[in-house]
Amino acid sequence: MFYREAGDFKTSYRDDNQTFPIRLDRAGYWIALFVAFCVIPFFVNDYWVNSIFAPFFIYAIAALGLNILTGYAGQVSLGTGGFMAVGAYACYKLMVAFPDINIVFHVLIAGGITAAVGVAFGLPSLRIKGFYLAVATLAAQFFLVWLFNKVAWFYNYSASGQINAPERSVFGIVVTGPNTEAWAKYMICLVFLVGVAWMARNLTRGMTGRKWMGIRDMDIAAEIIGVNPLMAKMSAFAVSSFFVGIAGALFFAVYLGAAEAGESFGITKSFLVLFMVIIGGLGSIFGSFAGAAFMVLMPVLLKNVLVGTMGWPTEIAAELEFIIVGGLIVIFLILEPHGLAQLWRLTKEKLRLWPFPH
Amino acid sequence: MPEQLLFAMEVTLNGLMAGVLYALVALGFVLIFKASGIFNFAQGMLVVFAAMTLVGVQTGQIPFAHLINTIFGTKVHHFGWTVPTILAIIVAGAAMVFVAWVIEKYILQHLIGQPDIILFMATIGMWYFMHGFAPLMWGSEVMKLDVGLAQGINETIDTTTYNWFGYGFFIDNLDIVAAIVAALLVTALVLFSQYTKQGRALRAVADDHSAALSVGISLRFIWVLVWSIAGFVALVAGIMWGSKSGVQISLAEVALKALPVLMLGGFTSIPGAIIGGLIIGVGEQLFEFAVGPLVGGATQAWFAYVLALVFLIFRPQGLFGEKIIERV
Amino acid sequence: MTFKRVAAASVAALMVGSPVMADLVFPSLSYRTGPFAAGGIPYADGFADYMTLLNERDGGIGGVAVSVPECETAYNTEKGVECYEATKGQGALAYNPLSTGITYQLIPKATADDIPLYTPGYGRTSAANGDVFSHVFNFPANYWNGASAAINHVLDLNGGDLKGKKIVLLHFNGAYGKEPIPTLTKLGEKHGFDLTTIPIDYPGQEQKAQWLQIRREKPDYVLFWGWGVMNQVAIQEAANIRYPMDQFIGVWWSGAEHDVKPAGDKATGYKAMTFHGVGSDYPVFADLQKHVVDAGKAAGDGSNVGTVIYNRGVYAAMMLAEAAKKAQEIHGVADITSAQMRDGLEQLEITNARMAELGMEGFGPEFKVSCANHGGPGAIAIQQWDAAAGKWSLISDFGGSDMDVIQPLIDADSAAYAAENKIEPQCN
Repeated sequence: MFYREAGDFKTSYRDDNQTFPIRLDRAGYWIALFVAFCVIPFFVNDYWVNSIFAPFFIYAIAALGLNILTGYAGQVSLGTGGFMAVGAYACYKLMVAFPDINIVFHVLIAGGITAAVGVAFGLPSLRIKGFYLAVATLAAQFFLVWLFNKVAWFYNYSASGQINAPERSVFGIVVTGPNTEAWAKYMICLVFLVGVAWMARNLTRGMTGRKWMGIRDMDIAAEIIGVNPLMAKMSAFAVSSFFVGIAGALFFAVYLGAAEAGESFGITKSFLVLFMVIIGGLGSIFGSFAGAAFMVLMPVLLKNVLVGTMGWPTEIAAELEFIIVGGLIVIFLILEPHGLAQLWRLTKEKLRLWPFPH
Repeated sequence: MPEQLLFAMEVTLNGLMAGVLYALVALGFVLIFKASGIFNFAQGMLVVFAAMTLVGVQTGQIPFAHLINTIFGTKVHHFGWTVPTILAIIVAGAAMVFVAWVIEKYILQHLIGQPDIILFMATIGMWYFMHGFAPLMWGSEVMKLDVGLAQGINETIDTTTYNWFGYGFFIDNLDIVAAIVAALLVTALVLFSQYTKQGRALRAVADDHSAALSVGISLRFIWVLVWSIAGFVALVAGIMWGSKSGVQISLAEVALKALPVLMLGGFTSIPGAIIGGLIIGVGEQLFEFAVGPLVGGATQAWFAYVLALVFLIFRPQGLFGEKIIERV
Repeated sequence: MTFKRVAAASVAALMVGSPVMADLVFPSLSYRTGPFAAGGIPYADGFADYMTLLNERDGGIGGVAVSVPECETAYNTEKGVECYEATKGQGALAYNPLSTGITYQLIPKATADDIPLYTPGYGRTSAANGDVFSHVFNFPANYWNGASAAINHVLDLNGGDLKGKKIVLLHFNGAYGKEPIPTLTKLGEKHGFDLTTIPIDYPGQEQKAQWLQIRREKPDYVLFWGWGVMNQVAIQEAANIRYPMDQFIGVWWSGAEHDVKPAGDKATGYKAMTFHGVGSDYPVFADLQKHVVDAGKAAGDGSNVGTVIYNRGVYAAMMLAEAAKKAQEIHGVADITSAQMRDGLEQLEITNARMAELGMEGFGPEFKVSCANHGGPGAIAIQQWDAAAGKWSLISDFGGSDMDVIQPLIDADSAAYAAENKIEPQCN
């Protein structure tokens, strides 16, 4: 009744192609941004930032990155953990080597380095396709983690191979290290997330994005109509790895403050991000958010319900968490096979017609 | 003979043995992929569940004991009997058939005709479910798996090779048993699929789902059948790996070892899984032996994947995969 | 975006469940699930049971009840952060995070929050330098003490001469497993033995290549830093290649009953380091049985009492309880804060008389913590497994380690940390 485009006239192509064609959506978007930037920072505490917002934002960035590669360009990747490690270690080396430069640049440069590494490991995608391509990215995953574990230069020769984020600030506000205020940590992750999401949205709806989708849907056909597969695939790997690298840098520097290649960036991380993308919805910006939210928030929520409210023993609660998350994934699939994003789209369709279903 | 060459031979033999174990896990993936086009992410968890069920039944553990105790305040843990190994294996096998039936009835049946990625996602759901369900049912402590398989150095090989070369080779008895069992299993599978009615139906389904349906083959039955076989393969793999290390949730990680094997051998080929397993097994052991010490060791972590990658660059469909024909 | 809000709002609604208690709160960041559960369960049980014993038998510490809120980490660093933040607000006095990865992240955080970390026998080794790590305590022993104690044991067996001997360090390929390498390298230079390090990647289900290498090189001793399924496989493989078990020495995390039992009789003779007593022949276990297990208040099913890792949990709980008592003495209040708890830990003194009072005579060494030394005496004993009897027994006394070698390493590593994080020395 309220949620419809009637009366919302488009008079230019520009209007017609906007991200949120419905007025209510646009309003919702601006309100969400306003709340995220101007309301929440005043209320967050350590618990909210460290257990919910920081991991959610950072995983959302990683999921956006992987979604570009897997969802838009159709290249399966199981190397996300390894690429996050590149971002983290690059950021660490930069932070230690150039303490006076703003951390934002360190994170961006770390993303750039990851992009280069991603392109190198993406080269086999020209020849290997489908599930088989996963082996190239798996090789990246295991080789990179092994490398960061083995070459002492990466962790500045510390005894155990752990890296620790020193204190750094942006405009005089501390954003890494133990003395970071909750809101500062929240804001830096949010700024990066919004930037990345904005970039992802605009890339995917432009020519680059259409080339990616052409390659995804059928690469030979795309090649025939003039898409250069080399450029399209490599740009997808580059952009995707850039985002994933940023996620890795933030994950280490802002969120955890200490990391170790094998433990923090192992194969389970690659799978986790892939699950987020698949469960959220392949080829959807909203899906990346929804998937990250589901995989980050659901366990915390279940834990608080089962242990905090119902007082179950922790191990039974942890096992039930897995059972419920697994059960929900299967139920969602049976109800709506194309991920949370599609569920959301269908809800919107229904809302548009409500209360008159025909 | 120079010492290094003897060492390399020993390493190669052991690599072959390790390869057989990898192949055993990969086999479970191939069966399901061939019959239904599903990449079964939960195969590793099937291994854990099968092995836990076997040990649980064998030692007379009460399922869900912890949950029961929490809800009713009781203190139960064991029935107080032990079950003969053979019987326990049969019960565990039956449990795997039941799991296959449940998966077909409650998950796959609702997803017929969906794209591969959706079915893959469903197996992710199963993975999560079983990751919680298996320890909830049998507890998360290390369970000792003992079905009476021989373990330790094979004396005959040790003495024979010592007499020949002056250096005794080490081959683990368990590995020899595993190799024999894997050979039997593969032969049985091949015979089954070549000479029985169900086997032919299975191959028909693997070739073309709708054509198979149209000649009256029950897709549902075939799916239950193939998941049961995969469950049974998981049980065998669980016994082999579990005898070595005890059974616990990290046994699921052996599935990761199967990934490069699959990619090398091709997702759809049973001989591919075996030969891929052997190549990976030998390759990674030899590489660790020859190059490992120079670069600091632990190269097994990535070598299998790089090896598979190199092969794939020359043969993108895997060694035995069906040729990919692309048309517009 | 809206989904996020809904989810966040529902979390908020459910979060307000934990009331602030006036107890002495020692959160237990345990792992009863996941790949390392077999070690995590007995530790968490021991830790919780000892605290329950204090409540049941003595009415708490200094008359204040103790509470041990448990939070499941599954040995995962991100869950560890969540657990830390979730329990911090309940007035946590000290954290025992039971994971090297979680410890590394919590060191700066807990220091900023003024909450002490107690990491006995794990975590960051150089935290023994209290001058730099004001809020971290890792007495009575750390990995470098362990490496040195193992070498001392080997020296004893060889009449003090290790020239030309071959020693292999078989280790987990990660932070924890790499800790002893610098110490062993230095000790190798000092005593003239050859050190070879052989890493095993997580999870360590497959170790054929490593053990074939050991079989080829025939080292005189194998030292072992493993955890989880790696332990069971390593001991099984050692038995398979018929490596002499009494020349195979594990660190304390590789020396529990569940590590050796799967290998059966062949594991007899396997040695492991320990910094506390083994078995249940101490009066305190009779009390635990009577007041906790038989009263139905045990955290587990009671079957773990007296096992190696359970005892370690008890020992850690005892240290924290004693430190809390010390803090109550120093500050003259019963309901202490985390800052006061830190002082208690720093001035803790464990005497044999006190250990006897606690029913734990000879369970651990005597020592005194100081501002500069948070690492304790580094006294370590060797225990040996007897499969027929199904138990461990101590085969040496709690002996010291080679601080001439270790102290410079601790100083160097902590100085690097201090420089990186601009930390001023606290003791002067």
